[in-house]
Amino acid sequence: MRELKIFAVVAFFSLLTYYLVEPYAHHEMHKKVDANGNEIIIKSHGFTYDGTDDIAEAERKGDAALVTKKKAFWSDVATVSKMTGNAAAGEAVFANCMACHNGANINMGGVIPPNLDHAGAIYDKNYLIALIKDPAMASNVDHKYADTSTHPMGSIKFTVSDNQQIADVVAYMQEHKAGEVTPKEAFTEACVRCHAVRYTKTTQIGETPKFKYKKDELAHEIKVIEEQDKVKAYMGNLPPDLSMMIRARGAHYLETFIENPQGQLPGTSMPRVGLNAEGYEKVKAYLSEAGDPSKKAREELGPWVIGFFIFFTILAFFWKKSMWRDLH
Amino acid sequence: MAHFEKANNLNEWLDQRIGLNTLKRVLNTEYWIPKDINFLWVMGMVLAATFGILVISGIFLLMYYKPDTNLAFDSVNYTIMSEVGYGWLWRHIHGVGASIVFLIIYIHMFTGIYYSSYKKGRELIWLSGMGLFVAFSAEAFSGYMLPWGQMSYWAGMVITNLFSGGSLEAYALVEWIRGDYVPGDAYLTRFFMLHVFLIPLVIIGLIVLHFGTLRLPHVNNQEGADIDYEEAAALYKAGKKKESKVIPFSPVFLSKDIFVMGVYFILFFYLVFYHFDFAMDPVNFDPANGLKTPAHIYPEWYFLWSYEILRPFSKDVGLIAFAISQVALFALPFIDRSPNVAPAHKRGLFQIWFWALLVIMITLTALGKLPPTDPLFAAMGLVFAVLFLLMGPALFIITMFEKKLEKGA
Repeated sequence: MRELKIFAVVAFFSLLTYYLVEPYAHHEMHKKVDANGNEIIIKSHGFTYDGTDDIAEAERKGDAALVTKKKAFWSDVATVSKMTGNAAAGEAVFANCMACHNGANINMGGVIPPNLDHAGAIYDKNYLIALIKDPAMASNVDHKYADTSTHPMGSIKFTVSDNQQIADVVAYMQEHKAGEVTPKEAFTEACVRCHAVRYTKTTQIGETPKFKYKKDELAHEIKVIEEQDKVKAYMGNLPPDLSMMIRARGAHYLETFIENPQGQLPGTSMPRVGLNAEGYEKVKAYLSEAGDPSKKAREELGPWVIGFFIFFTILAFFWKKSMWRDLH
Repeated sequence: MAHFEKANNLNEWLDQRIGLNTLKRVLNTEYWIPKDINFLWVMGMVLAATFGILVISGIFLLMYYKPDTNLAFDSVNYTIMSEVGYGWLWRHIHGVGASIVFLIIYIHMFTGIYYSSYKKGRELIWLSGMGLFVAFSAEAFSGYMLPWGQMSYWAGMVITNLFSGGSLEAYALVEWIRGDYVPGDAYLTRFFMLHVFLIPLVIIGLIVLHFGTLRLPHVNNQEGADIDYEEAAALYKAGKKKESKVIPFSPVFLSKDIFVMGVYFILFFYLVFYHFDFAMDPVNFDPANGLKTPAHIYPEWYFLWSYEILRPFSKDVGLIAFAISQVALFALPFIDRSPNVAPAHKRGLFQIWFWALLVIMITLTALGKLPPTDPLFAAMGLVFAVLFLLMGPALFIITMFEKKLEKGA
């Protein structure tokens, strides 16, 4: 049939154009290549951390000493990971953590130390071990610090240094600082010390309460600005508001960026936060709720509207048939 | 004063006052369309329907949108998307519609070129259609500014900069257009006015003109046959529908229209609900920031081919090539010297020219978005831009030598 042939030609050129300007062009635009011109494939490791990316990055830099250092560090992490931790013994070690991670919402050395109430549930075990061993190495921002002890959490080196202690405290967190966690809790603990979300009325110091008096509201605003200034001074720039991030970045970008910020944005001051798969799902759910709340309504309404037009088209087809019957 | 009698029903009452029955006859039941057509002939009505959808969805968005650089982004992304009931639906319809309308415009244009529908008395149809293309482009560009995201801001910056005229350095003109040194509040509010008032008005006027230009030369048909409309209409009215070469617009042509529109709306709403990303660039979900240039600045897909004609040349040559490419298609009826009105597959070399034009424009479209830092893409961009510019002279030469086809062939 001639009409179908014509339709096939139109569809072919439309789809070809779509392929070229969307998937193909975007791939070419965001392609990353190493010094030899080979494409660097950035992929997710399912939110587990063993230093593969970190070592590959050091290799690409051609820094042999750094490669050795990174390999040694992540192999130490693997060793501790195999040890059996004692949660009861870990509780005493955890008291050290509470000195800073106490929920007082006070900036220490650049940022507010995050609340650890669900640390065992939302962060990866290996990452927690790595973070306690060496915060800068674990979060893959060691290029920012001449010496790890200048990291805001650098003092951990002098308080918890024994491998068994690390295994114990991680075991404690996995047993007692876990449990059911909501998207909001996961997001607050993992992201909020640096990022605001104005669509959920959240700032670096947490959710903005309702104020009865303008004076109190302004006082709160000043507190927010002061905190933002500290974060800005520490990070080099104020980290972006995440309200629309779920739509401003694709699923692949978000996933790989959160797993290892240096992969997508080499040199960024954003540390790896070490979320595990469950933690990431919760954070993503929160971001979707803030930036794309109509997703559910969209998916529910879609079939009805499309179904209506299929029905409409079938009726129109028979009308057309009847109208054109005696024309040929 | 005409003679008025007591009307027995509303139809008669209206007929006496506005000639309703005459209107119906002239515009519908005795507006004759050739029978020898395919679904491509429906694209005009599909465009009219899509424009209608854009107007309706636009009206709903207009009730909540705030043209202010401090409020615009959040009024779209927060107020409309999460606070207004079904605001998300209207926005996605508007965004997808704005993109898809250009796909249909291009299909409509290439249909006209393929069947030589711009020739011999149909020149004004083509010219008014090209006028609509320009007006739709201006409408799309001004609309793209309104969400005030990163791409709104930076595309606005780049496009308004073109008016500096390269080495002419007419920065005063650029500032006059922007109302400021850089895109700001004055810029946003004037593009808002253009988008919701002046350009839609121009578009509606041009649509009326476009329909009007169609009336006397009539719609072309699949073979480019010269139909004696009076004879064919008389046959149809005498009941000899099989022998007649024409059909009335309503209800016969309309029934085909409605069916094709149904198919189109299935596709359209599939895109609205499940695949809207192609029409709503993720970069534009980052708020406008004059201090942070995005890594890649590119226009929406329908402007890419002309953008790519600008890019590969040096500044002044590029601007001249770009200016030529913007007006070149207007000249089509006058460059084509062929005596024939026939589909491309009957016009010898013209057929090759047609497919070459399509391939060149699609290639330019792709290259317009690919990074020019890649030497292969940059070289291809130059080659295809030059090829595009050569297509005009090529058409002139091949159609000069085109033989006249036998009547009825």
